[in-house]
Amino acid sequence: MSLAPTTPVEGASGDALLVATAVSKRFGGVRAVEEVSITVRRGEIASVIGPNGAGKTSLLNMISGFYRPDTGSIVFDGHDISRSRPAEIAALGVARTFQNIALFSGMTVLDNIMLGRHVRMKSGILASFVYWGLAQREEVAHRARAEELIDFLALQDLRKQPTSALAYGLRKRVELARALALDPTLLLLDEPMGGMNQEEKEDMARYIIDVNEQWGTTIILIEHDMAVVMDISDRVAVLDRGRKIAEGTPAEVQRDPAVIDAYLGAGDRGAAEHKGRAA
Amino acid sequence: MSVDVTLPQLLRRNAERTPERAALREKDLGIWQPYSWRRYWREVHDFALGLAAAGFGRGDKLSVIGENRPRLYFAQLAAMSLGGIAVPIYQDAIATELAYVLDHAETSVVVAEDQEQVDKILSLSERLPHLRLVVYDDPRGLRNYEDQRLRSWEAMQAAGSAFGAAHPGYVESAVAAGDPDDLTLFSYTSGTTSRPKGVMLTHANLLSPAQAMAASERIVPADEHLAYLPMAWVGNSLISLALHLWVGFTINFPEKPETLQRDLRELGPTIALAPPRYWENVLTGIMVRAADSGPLKRRVFDFFRRVADRAAACDAAGRPRPLGLRLQRALGEVLVYGPLRDQLGLRRARLVYTGGAPLGADIFRFFRAIGVNLKQVYGATELSGLCAVQPDGQVDPETVGRMLDGMELKIDDTGEVLVRSGGVFKGYYKQPEATQEALSAEGWLKTGDAGYVDGHGQLVIVDRARDVGKLAGGAALAPQYLENKLKFSPFIGEAVVFGDARPFVAAIVAIDAATVGNWAERRNMAYTSFQDLSARSEVRELIREEIRKCNLGVAEPIRIRRFLVLNKEFDADDDEITRTRKIRRRFVAEKYAAIVEAFYREAAAVEVSAEITYEDGRKAMLNSTLAIVDVEPAEQAIGEPAYA
Repeated sequence: MSLAPTTPVEGASGDALLVATAVSKRFGGVRAVEEVSITVRRGEIASVIGPNGAGKTSLLNMISGFYRPDTGSIVFDGHDISRSRPAEIAALGVARTFQNIALFSGMTVLDNIMLGRHVRMKSGILASFVYWGLAQREEVAHRARAEELIDFLALQDLRKQPTSALAYGLRKRVELARALALDPTLLLLDEPMGGMNQEEKEDMARYIIDVNEQWGTTIILIEHDMAVVMDISDRVAVLDRGRKIAEGTPAEVQRDPAVIDAYLGAGDRGAAEHKGRAA
Repeated sequence: MSVDVTLPQLLRRNAERTPERAALREKDLGIWQPYSWRRYWREVHDFALGLAAAGFGRGDKLSVIGENRPRLYFAQLAAMSLGGIAVPIYQDAIATELAYVLDHAETSVVVAEDQEQVDKILSLSERLPHLRLVVYDDPRGLRNYEDQRLRSWEAMQAAGSAFGAAHPGYVESAVAAGDPDDLTLFSYTSGTTSRPKGVMLTHANLLSPAQAMAASERIVPADEHLAYLPMAWVGNSLISLALHLWVGFTINFPEKPETLQRDLRELGPTIALAPPRYWENVLTGIMVRAADSGPLKRRVFDFFRRVADRAAACDAAGRPRPLGLRLQRALGEVLVYGPLRDQLGLRRARLVYTGGAPLGADIFRFFRAIGVNLKQVYGATELSGLCAVQPDGQVDPETVGRMLDGMELKIDDTGEVLVRSGGVFKGYYKQPEATQEALSAEGWLKTGDAGYVDGHGQLVIVDRARDVGKLAGGAALAPQYLENKLKFSPFIGEAVVFGDARPFVAAIVAIDAATVGNWAERRNMAYTSFQDLSARSEVRELIREEIRKCNLGVAEPIRIRRFLVLNKEFDADDDEITRTRKIRRRFVAEKYAAIVEAFYREAAAVEVSAEITYEDGRKAMLNSTLAIVDVEPAEQAIGEPAYA
């Protein structure tokens, strides 16, 4: 069992990488996330699913430090990050992509990826400016890593293209490359396949699995395409209206009546079962 | 010239003589990474040990499948080093073709580039009783595979180093024991008429044209070549194995197929070889971009293109270029030709060849006119690649060149071209009857081409010998000649011409999707698919104009009278065209017999049902009614609509 039981475990057991304990977030009167607890273990692909407005992205934003939880705690790799700023969390090894692609559109693919290495760069402004000695060696080493990612994501022919000129699916891939440039321990993917066609989705799913297998990167995935989620996730947590209503293996979650209700309304269970079989 | 050395022996020789020179260069992680001759030999040696450890030995066959990659060469030379035979395979072959070749060749080891190829091989493994090992280069995605026969490249090397420790000098003595007359490569021809045939070649076979070519074309170690051709094409083995090992120049590998243009330009190879299809595509690309550019640029381009044409016409006629033309040509070199060659990656290209099939004379002239030293070569898989090359300074678009040193030529009474040379193959594997048909007792190869020798001692090929026909009126018709003329139009992708024993000439045309699509967009014509686009009356009208233009340059009796725009492209997966893009005329004539009948029945339309094959091998039927168009409506037909 990799997503923890509903009662939170104190002090993160064994190989838990991320433990969120009863976190809540409100915006005015709206309860975006309420008392949600999840545990993600090292090396797994965990998915968070749920209807629109269920609080998935808010949860991700709390993990990456864009929001601070009102109550509850988040512990990543032994560090309490509940009150940390995004840059601090990134430096600990948490990278993310965004639902609406957030690339620097005037910059090339390569430059965007190099930017992702920024938190890993150590030379100061002056040294970088003179571009000498350590700063130069460092730049070369980072470029080598960027090239590995370009190779990994098959972006060789696009290196020098401005990202604004790229098709949507390719921009998503560049965003993934930039997130990976951080050498993350935990990768948060917010709808990486949104707006993609079937072929692009299959490619992206392949890349996610490869990242997980090749570098052992732990992944938290938010995605609407159930076929993909059920196919590649080790565990799935289901949110509805800010609360966690189910969790388990893909097969368990698909059979869960609460999940079917949340997705399709109680009256439409037949169709949901049909969909479950197809997935 | 006799050959007294094998390919692996040449590799060892190079590793000893010039250990530090770059033998190969691969663009990896954005950088051109060299492999020295010493390392080349080391890699081959280590992989050979791995093969030996797995029981691979003399006469065993190893297949490689994938893009042009250094490791696939290491694997081929490793097999050759042990006295084995390399059987390169077209990487885009569909499953049934692949199964046929692997089974027929009795391949025991396959070296595959990546997961895609591994999946293909494993899915066929029940039909491949001889298959013992599948080695992969790129491990990505293969982590959880459990097939017992699957090995990583590294695992092979590790097994090899244990074997090597127990058997010191094993590979070295195997290489030394090699005989130039040992079989070393089976090149499966893509066969325009039948199942692929395994052409058996020895070291001496492959090295014979390589040596003759190196001498006559003065190829030197400082030359550079970019290897991107299909590994299974004999032209690739000739240049990137035999010629490369013999001369010792540098072979470069592009980063991936999509970056080819950029890699070409970065590198500026001095030797280039490509089939006609490539040059056709490049020209089409230039035309499209010229048409899309601004009015000033387009005018400059058009002007200097005409200048180039006039200069080429002068040269062809043997007249000196007038002074004004020379000046314009010089200005054009600065403004258009030089930059264009640079864009095409031909800036440093000294020797540029086209071969494998005929190239339209107009396309040929275009490249020569912009200063590319494009030359025809002539050959066949059964000749280990080639036997004739156009010498520098004597390039005539109608010929395919002069026989290389040591290659004999004879035209028999039926007009068929016969060749005898050191490159003539040892027979088709397990097909003695076919071998007897192709080879005479005195060692002459029947090329199957009809041709003659012109006044300057250069060979002219008219067509495939069996395709040359006669119209009912008696005029001789070489379909390929007309097809190549048609294909000079940027809008025509492929064409098949009919007319043997018929009253007039007719053609089935497949449009060039990119150019016609672009043309349609510029006219704000909406279309959904290739099929839809092909069926447009505007497109038929466009093609009719193109055929009219083509007819102007052709003798009256063999002008094209009727044509049809096909609703699909000719596709190798449908067996209509070979993997090297040669039309399989007979097959097409049979498949589209209904269309051919309709041409001569004077029908205005025809019902066509064609089977199409998807990349995964699934098949589907495509049914439609296609219009047949008269190029010049007959007198009495004026006033009546000839087609809908």
